[in-house]
Amino acid sequence: MKLAQVTVGQSATIQSVGGERSFRRRLMELGLVPGTRVRVMGIAPLGDPLELLVRGASLSIRRSEAHAILVLAEASVPVVPARSLEPELPADAFGAPGPT
Amino acid sequence: MQTDTSLSAAPESARAVRLELDETPLVVLVGNPNVGKTTLFNQLTGQNARVGNYSGITVECRSGHLRGRGKHSSAGKVELLDVPGTYSLSSRSAEEQLALNAALGLGESRKPDLCVVVVDAGQLIRNLYLVVQLVELGVPLLIALNMIDEVADNPPHPEALTRLFGVPCVALDARRGRGVSELTDVILSSLAHPPRGEVRIPYPDTLRPEVDRIVDALPSSWRLDVERDRALARWALTSVAPDDELEHVTAELRASCLEVLERDVDEAIITTRYAFLDAHAPSLYAREAPPPRKRPFSERLDRLLLHPLLGFALFIALMCLIFQALFSWSEPAIGVIEDAVAFLQNTAVNTLPQGLLRDVVVEGVLGGVGNVIVFLPQILLLFFFIGLLEDSGYMARVAYLMDRIMRSLGLHGRAFVPMLSGFACAVPAILATRTMERKRDRLLTMLVIPLMTCSARLPVYTLIIAALIPSGLLFGWLPVQGLLMVAMYVFAIALTLLSAAVLGRTLVRGRRVPLILELPPYRLPSLRTTLRMMKERSWVFLREAGTVILVCTIVLWALLSFPRAPQPAEATAPRATAAQQAPKDDNLAAQKALENSYAGRLGKAIEPALAPLGFDWKIGVGIIGAFAAREVFVSTLGLVYGIGEVDDEAIPLRDRLRDEKTAEGRPKYSALTGLSLLVFFALACQCMSTLAVVRRETHTWRWPLFMFAYMTGLAWLASFLVYQLGSWLGA
Repeated sequence: MKLAQVTVGQSATIQSVGGERSFRRRLMELGLVPGTRVRVMGIAPLGDPLELLVRGASLSIRRSEAHAILVLAEASVPVVPARSLEPELPADAFGAPGPT
Repeated sequence: MQTDTSLSAAPESARAVRLELDETPLVVLVGNPNVGKTTLFNQLTGQNARVGNYSGITVECRSGHLRGRGKHSSAGKVELLDVPGTYSLSSRSAEEQLALNAALGLGESRKPDLCVVVVDAGQLIRNLYLVVQLVELGVPLLIALNMIDEVADNPPHPEALTRLFGVPCVALDARRGRGVSELTDVILSSLAHPPRGEVRIPYPDTLRPEVDRIVDALPSSWRLDVERDRALARWALTSVAPDDELEHVTAELRASCLEVLERDVDEAIITTRYAFLDAHAPSLYAREAPPPRKRPFSERLDRLLLHPLLGFALFIALMCLIFQALFSWSEPAIGVIEDAVAFLQNTAVNTLPQGLLRDVVVEGVLGGVGNVIVFLPQILLLFFFIGLLEDSGYMARVAYLMDRIMRSLGLHGRAFVPMLSGFACAVPAILATRTMERKRDRLLTMLVIPLMTCSARLPVYTLIIAALIPSGLLFGWLPVQGLLMVAMYVFAIALTLLSAAVLGRTLVRGRRVPLILELPPYRLPSLRTTLRMMKERSWVFLREAGTVILVCTIVLWALLSFPRAPQPAEATAPRATAAQQAPKDDNLAAQKALENSYAGRLGKAIEPALAPLGFDWKIGVGIIGAFAAREVFVSTLGLVYGIGEVDDEAIPLRDRLRDEKTAEGRPKYSALTGLSLLVFFALACQCMSTLAVVRRETHTWRWPLFMFAYMTGLAWLASFLVYQLGSWLGA
């Protein structure tokens, strides 16, 4: 599926990064290589861009570009609504490279 | 495409000459954005840094000398250069190429003797990607493992990094100054014995022929040895793209790269590097590598600050606070400065003998200095806020929140704070465009900021509306005058957005860059860093824009005062004293003198151009005078009409404007003239200080001149339409 389709709070493993070459390169240099786990942390109040958690860093990209990134969504980890003001999320291995 | 011959393997003779001339060892500070590079730079240099420009391009850099502490007596001879943060050496634009140029000594940059790579201990793997690239290229470097305090529970081992890359590594906490002294030690010892690291990335065998093809295409001046040539080839393969803006890349190299890249070799290179780093990650920590996750504090704060409703409300509240501060908190300080300048002018009047010298000193020099320092309160306040916003990590959130809106205008999300500041004053706002990295984004923002309704327009609006627009109620309850004031703001915003959209698609088009925005963890902003930035920015403004403003003030004063008519004694005295001492006669004399001055003649000369807008030569003189600052329009008109000094209320001037009659005895200025004049002032670039800072920020007169031309053209056209359409409709 496309990264843009992953729901907020869900994690996924990157399979391929598409899009314009320079954009693709830049994302990969930031560590979004195939096999890396990404979590969609939220969506900006006006609907775009998205906030991603990759390798412990919060990165933001636009929805149109997130359409070019193919991911394998994970079997639902208990989804905590990212917007709620609940206590912090359980610490887990988000962002670490998973098995491909 | 130019071939660069000053590269790495430059002729030895040339290098020898340079060594003799420039014996100061050069250390370059590189690293990802948000790793505390600036803080570390400040710690390493102390108070002796200076802001300048990278040679050859308009990107600003900071350089200073390493601070010696006791035993480091030789430290003061080491030059330290701060480079803009970068995630990798692959680059597209001239700005992004800086880190590469500085690290390798390409282009106009001097080849550094040592690179200090600042690494965020909490984002280790991603930061080490840059280290891999630099080590591969054979750059002598050491690693500064910063923010070690944030990973105190399971810190990475500096020794492990030394083993992996073969270069020294120092752990430190630059904010609290811990480890800085050790780093200074290691920098000095590394300068004596430059550490050449080694890293063996297991690139797949299939990659080798592709890389070697690029090696063959490298310009001969770049070649050094096999390993380094291959590293340069890998750099080229991860940098060249169909649309890059790289300099120094020959057509042959570019063509070869583009051909090889059809097989996505760049992705293989990047993936292999990350696979290598990920495989070694566990060995870098005492315990197993920590699960990378968002820092809990940032996570919690973001839930609040990026909340769809609450976050937006807080954002708006914060922006209102900044705006309020610029708009009103700066008032008392500006008042004090104006009073002080007036006091100095009066003192000079009373001490110096009457004559040309006194007038030059009082009106030209002191007035000019006043025109410059009057901007300081707003500049200091704005950079105080920007410093806190940047340092805390919130500025990235501003870009995140506003991206949707700003993008549709072709602007960067970070342009929001400068644009908002434009409502107070364009001068600090234009200086604030520094927060954007790309030149194209900065330029576009700069070009439209002066269209915002700045506070200097308010006295002009107030005068025109009060004098020429009938007071009354629309639909029986809406006050026309108040409504018009609001309409002027809406008009200005609409024109600003329109201009941004048009200019962004035409003149300053630039490539459309997909947004990749890092939201750094929230950190307590450092007051020291903020104060230092305020100081630096103000100093740059005073030194570089200030001189231009001073000269312009003197020129304008001369235009308004020469040729000097033979006059009764006191008439040449400054306006303030003249008006107080002998009101009537002097006012009339001043009026005559102004009419006869170059500015007066110029006003009459341009009258044909202004007539279709409904203006006469007197308003023309006011417009010329307003070039010093828009609010000067009011006082210049006061002089033109022989009223002398006008206060804020300007009631006599108001009545005078209303009563002005044509030869046939009809009122000269109608409400339509007022409307046309309002539109003119909303759009025209009536501000030399704005042009001076644009010149300072772009390092060319081309853009300020363009700005003046397009804004004045726009103003003329809009006023023309208003006046002619209005007349035709019989308003």
